[in-house]
Amino acid sequence: MPLINRLKSYGIFIAFFIICIIISVISPQFLTVSNWTIIFTQVSINALLAFGVTFVIITGGIDLSLGSMVAVTGVVAALMAHPGDYPVIVPIVVGLLSGVLMGAFNGFIITKSKIAPFIVTLGTMTIARGLALIITKGRPISNLSDSFNFIGGGSLFGIPFPVLILIFVFVICTIILNKTVLGRYIYAIGGNEQAAKVSGINVNKVKITVYIISGFLAGLAGILLTSRVTTGQPNAGAGFELDAIAAAVIGGTSTTGGVGTIAGTMIGALLIGVINNGLDLMNVTSYYQQVVMGSIIIGAVVLDGWNLKKD
Amino acid sequence: MNKTPLLSITNLTKSFGGIKALDNVQFELQKGEVHALMGENGAGKSTFMKILMSLVSPDSGEIIFEGNSLKNQSVQQILGLGISMIHQEILAVDELTVAQNIFLGRENNKMGWLSNKIIDQKAKEIIESLGLNINVQTKVKNLQIAEKQMVEIAKAISNNAKIIIMDEPTSALSENEVATLFRIIRELKSNGVSIIYISHKMEEIYEIADRITVLRDGQYITTKKTADLDQNTLINLMVGREINDVFPKSEKENTFSKPIFSVKNFSSKGKFSDINFEINEGEVLGVAGLMGAGRSEIARAIYGLDALIKGEIAINGTIISINSPKDAIKNGIGYVSEDRKWDGFIPNLSIKQNLSLSSLTNYTKNWFVNSDSEQNSTQKIATELKVKPANLNQKLKNMSGGNQQKVVIGKALLTNPKLLILDEPTRGIDIGAKFEIYKLINQLKDNGLAILLISSELPEIIGFSDRVMVISHGKQAAILQKNEASQEKIMQYALN
Repeated sequence: MPLINRLKSYGIFIAFFIICIIISVISPQFLTVSNWTIIFTQVSINALLAFGVTFVIITGGIDLSLGSMVAVTGVVAALMAHPGDYPVIVPIVVGLLSGVLMGAFNGFIITKSKIAPFIVTLGTMTIARGLALIITKGRPISNLSDSFNFIGGGSLFGIPFPVLILIFVFVICTIILNKTVLGRYIYAIGGNEQAAKVSGINVNKVKITVYIISGFLAGLAGILLTSRVTTGQPNAGAGFELDAIAAAVIGGTSTTGGVGTIAGTMIGALLIGVINNGLDLMNVTSYYQQVVMGSIIIGAVVLDGWNLKKD
Repeated sequence: MNKTPLLSITNLTKSFGGIKALDNVQFELQKGEVHALMGENGAGKSTFMKILMSLVSPDSGEIIFEGNSLKNQSVQQILGLGISMIHQEILAVDELTVAQNIFLGRENNKMGWLSNKIIDQKAKEIIESLGLNINVQTKVKNLQIAEKQMVEIAKAISNNAKIIIMDEPTSALSENEVATLFRIIRELKSNGVSIIYISHKMEEIYEIADRITVLRDGQYITTKKTADLDQNTLINLMVGREINDVFPKSEKENTFSKPIFSVKNFSSKGKFSDINFEINEGEVLGVAGLMGAGRSEIARAIYGLDALIKGEIAINGTIISINSPKDAIKNGIGYVSEDRKWDGFIPNLSIKQNLSLSSLTNYTKNWFVNSDSEQNSTQKIATELKVKPANLNQKLKNMSGGNQQKVVIGKALLTNPKLLILDEPTRGIDIGAKFEIYKLINQLKDNGLAILLISSELPEIIGFSDRVMVISHGKQAAILQKNEASQEKIMQYALN
């Protein structure tokens, strides 16, 4: 019995490996270093957003404004990143800061108004998209400095820079959730908000913090994306929030709160990347890819529900 | 009792993964009988009920109802035969009306179109036959808990129930509401309905039950007429060991000369007003009163859970201001709420993580939790409180109510409080765990902790309190000294 339970809690990891084996049998290019470099690079932006939304979902909330925040932070950074204007640190800091501010705004409205996070972030999703269009007057911002473009396009020791960032953020987020007081409080609030409050936890502060983390990571993703495509696009990131939520949910984060891990979300994001990659290698058109992806999301949640019932 | 019984169960056995939840259990129910099923948590009562309701199938044994053997019936078939269950947690649909709830699943429809008129009429008849005054067109969410329970009973009756199983039906009811429930039970009885009654409350059992069957660790122990079984014997049969003194006495004599905590002119609009009291080091101040009188609200206000409070709170003579539970904890106030499932613990966290939740910053350096010091502190308190599972990494949701309650108390104790507020600390836990919590209260008192003990069980209040404050309609009706605090006197103040 214990072995089966253990296997169950690693279900998503096992599913991931099985799918990898299947794809590698069908397509020999799959298990090559260059292909995995591509997978990780493609996955990096979604994974960063998914880490942020994992924090939020564990507290029992949701963040639908991620994609729009990617656009705002991206264009704000791009505005500061023209060659010869400022050192590269300026667009980075300004981009991240704008993400933090929008996250704080989300958290503040959610905790003060007691309106459901779904509604609040649905609103800020539209507001932020509007802001991105206002800032750019609807036009893409190009002509960015080489040093800025290195962030999303460069490599260090042969590893793409976005992948290095991803690994770094993965480690930090894992430590926050597992080793810090904040992490414990995040799980406590998602598990039983009333009990968390009675235990002396400042629930609002923790909630605002997770939306700030989510906004910060959206800022990071916005900078990476802008740098990779060497243009600040006001329409960038549309629908990214759904991929991020999908990665978190596939990775075992419970939408009712209290349950989820960064490692699970990482695998969730990789699974999405690997399946897209595999279907690409097998020349399956993207129309079918969407059908497959949707089915996997539902399948993951169904499996999760079975596990919960057996608990 | 020589008549053929309405229900007779023999040799009922059920194992879960090698553990025998029920072992050769027998049970018999006469028409119009109230039969209490007693036993500690884990004695097998719930498994027994689940088998009877066909939610779980037994490994072996026979259930004979009205001369027919029940085997492999669906839940719907069991309900159709006239066996209904009133659950501890009320399962009514809040947004539907009383009538719609009563006929839920058996709507009187014509080709899918609902007719509220007919069910309103029928529901009204049933509600009136129970002597109740509930408008059947009210939404259930607007009802009191007790009224919701009556709706559940009405539902069972509308189903032509011959047997109604009641699982801890009074756990959320006030004294008045319990009286109403008992009146209805007696009425059902006189109409030939049989009741299987499960409760931990002794007085209720002795008031309402005709016979008592005791289970212990899945074994059938005995069935006796209530009149032939005194309370001490019953407790011993349930626990399987002697508990001579239900309320152990504290060893220390105390003079109570060191006030630790006091409130003055304490008021909260619409909840309570003008409360004044102080508690000394090592003293237990009991708080009695009817449900809804404002007892729990006073506790919540002291702990910073409610806003808009007027009045003064002082600890060791210093006036403090408390705006959140965090402030309260910082000032040395610990709180154990009346409903641990609602706001007591985090089911998905481990025993250890729950224990350390309020004092986590004590084991923290630069935002990081020091797992060694967390482990040591929680292990120590868990041993002291006799939390059963040795492995503190187990999730708390899988533990018994008694263990959960010990963890909630342990969490408060780890903040080193000077005042501990215990609101219904023994609600819904079995006798063994109750007794351990009683011993703990005495131990804490001997260590000099001031305790504010809120309880609906008067014997508990009288057994422990050095003084008793009686709350009635949000007002402080009296503070009684130990020697004058009798059950009668407390009720007299509580009711006026």
